[in-house]
Amino acid sequence: MELVCPAGNLPSLKAAVDNGADAVYVGFKDDTNARHFAGLNFTERTFEKAVSYAQDRGRKIYVAINTFPQPKGFSRWQAAVDQAAGYGVNALILADIGVLDYASSQWPDLRLHLSVQASVTSAEGINFYHENFGIQRVVLPRVLSVSQVAHVITESPVPVEVFGFGSLCVMVEGRCLLSSYATGRSPNTYGACSPASHVRWEETAGGTNTRLNGVLIDHYGEGEKGGYPTLCKGRFEVGEHTFYALEEPTSLNTLSILPELRKIGVSAIKVEGRQRSPAYVAQVTAVMRAAIDQCLLNPADYRPKDQWMRTLADVSEGSQTTLGAYHRPWQ
Amino acid sequence: MTMKLSIGPITYFWEREQVLNFYQQAADCAAEIIYLGEVICSKRRLIKPEDWLAIANELRQSGKQVVLSSLTLLEAASEMSSLKKLCNNMDFLVEANDISAVQLLSTAGRSFITGPSVNIYNSRSLQLLANKGLKRWVLPVELGLDTLRDLQAQRPEAVETEVFALGRLPLAYSARCYTARSHNLPKDDCRFKCLEDPDGRLLKTREGQAFLVLNGIQTQSALTHQVLDQLPDLEALGVDVLRISPQYLHTMEIINIFDAARKGAKLEPLNRELLSYLPLGACNGYLLEQAGMQLNSETTHATQQAF
Repeated sequence: MELVCPAGNLPSLKAAVDNGADAVYVGFKDDTNARHFAGLNFTERTFEKAVSYAQDRGRKIYVAINTFPQPKGFSRWQAAVDQAAGYGVNALILADIGVLDYASSQWPDLRLHLSVQASVTSAEGINFYHENFGIQRVVLPRVLSVSQVAHVITESPVPVEVFGFGSLCVMVEGRCLLSSYATGRSPNTYGACSPASHVRWEETAGGTNTRLNGVLIDHYGEGEKGGYPTLCKGRFEVGEHTFYALEEPTSLNTLSILPELRKIGVSAIKVEGRQRSPAYVAQVTAVMRAAIDQCLLNPADYRPKDQWMRTLADVSEGSQTTLGAYHRPWQ
Repeated sequence: MTMKLSIGPITYFWEREQVLNFYQQAADCAAEIIYLGEVICSKRRLIKPEDWLAIANELRQSGKQVVLSSLTLLEAASEMSSLKKLCNNMDFLVEANDISAVQLLSTAGRSFITGPSVNIYNSRSLQLLANKGLKRWVLPVELGLDTLRDLQAQRPEAVETEVFALGRLPLAYSARCYTARSHNLPKDDCRFKCLEDPDGRLLKTREGQAFLVLNGIQTQSALTHQVLDQLPDLEALGVDVLRISPQYLHTMEIINIFDAARKGAKLEPLNRELLSYLPLGACNGYLLEQAGMQLNSETTHATQQAF
């Protein structure tokens, strides 16, 4: 099981490599990737350093070009593909059919992974991308239970990567437009969900309001700990009740099911969080490295250590974690 | 040439009788194309596959082009076997709402239609799918007129373009059933609570703003997206089909409004009448490259109510 870790800048990339990531995934400094945040991602100069830092140490570097270009911007996505390919990266992580078509015809020897943003949940869907573009790995959306993941792996023509830790998308990726409904910008079109440009923190007599383009996402009373107003993790009214109607501020954590994931044949575990700090990347990578090593060495006796769980909880949204859709009762 | 009208698949869970009544009325309405089938949740089985085929045959006899719509989010193996059966039906065209349906249909050599949840954002994607048998596609709802113009300029020959013209917007799909969650029930014991909300279950902000609608595993907009003011633009761009997404009440009246509008009736009175049929007001920002929830209109502003 390969450990694939995020890096939003060079210090994070070094942290991932130094703490045991097998592969690091990065993006360029524009809307061609799904973490298009101010101050994040790689310019050509830092990218060159990133590629050599990882590859000189025997690790792989993947480039996410996983948003959906519209006709006017298409050449920017082509340029991103060409730039990554030109530096000899180990794989591109792509979602859009047009970009996959371009990359596979322009760079036939370049390894392509299908991004979670392609929203593929079945072997038939994977076949489409395998037959047409020769993808060599698929990243599954966070909507399948463990047994459903196992079923996909049995029938898939290519190895399967799943999310192991990080902020949890509760909607199937690549087909969630909640953010553009509220702000005009979505992961698909702009590379960001609930973009900071549209966030407002508002102090009121009774506490703090968090708004996204004017829409009240949550209200925190005095002394209540507030979180970033990610649209699907706010408190809303449905019927008579006010609650986290879609999902609570929480992160995915699969430490407790690593042996199961290994047993069903998961090939790679992905950590979410290119927007997080180098310290986050270092801590999470170190814990996941130790856990995966332990799990591979002796799966029968594997148990997540309390220390690992505490470290991951500390860097989680709302300081809590969940198994998400892997665990049927969550659904 | 006048744009055609279509009725999209019913996205909500309605009583069997309501569905049958709906399509009886639809048989005589002005829409030329009708999409049929369950696209949200495979547990909704009040209408069985053979019932859908019976409805399809009746509508075809009334002169409608009938299309069978596939499930949007596939998770269970049983859902894949249902999809395979659907795609093996040789009598009717199929609308693929997931890339797995595209794969099944294209490898079988069949032409197909893609629904709004298949991501076609650029001409290269459109061309590739056209080579695979794409006959008609629905513009993803978050894209606007500028992008549509570019896509239409490069549109492959013989591919028709359809635009989601009226309905609560399909915004997201999840493994989790939000309707069941809002009743504090697990998905596996949902008790079909979505039957109680035939237009979905309203989600409001803590200030009472109508924001979203929960429809089982799907999340929709609370406001109804409507493009009446943009019909002249859509026609000028060569759009072939306007899709009306069914709502519990007044769908046939809404089709009459769009029928009158496409034939050149004045938009201002039609807009006012249309607004009276919508559950919670209108929006049209997406088509104008804005937040989807926004409303822009000389003709609808005056009558838009505060919710």
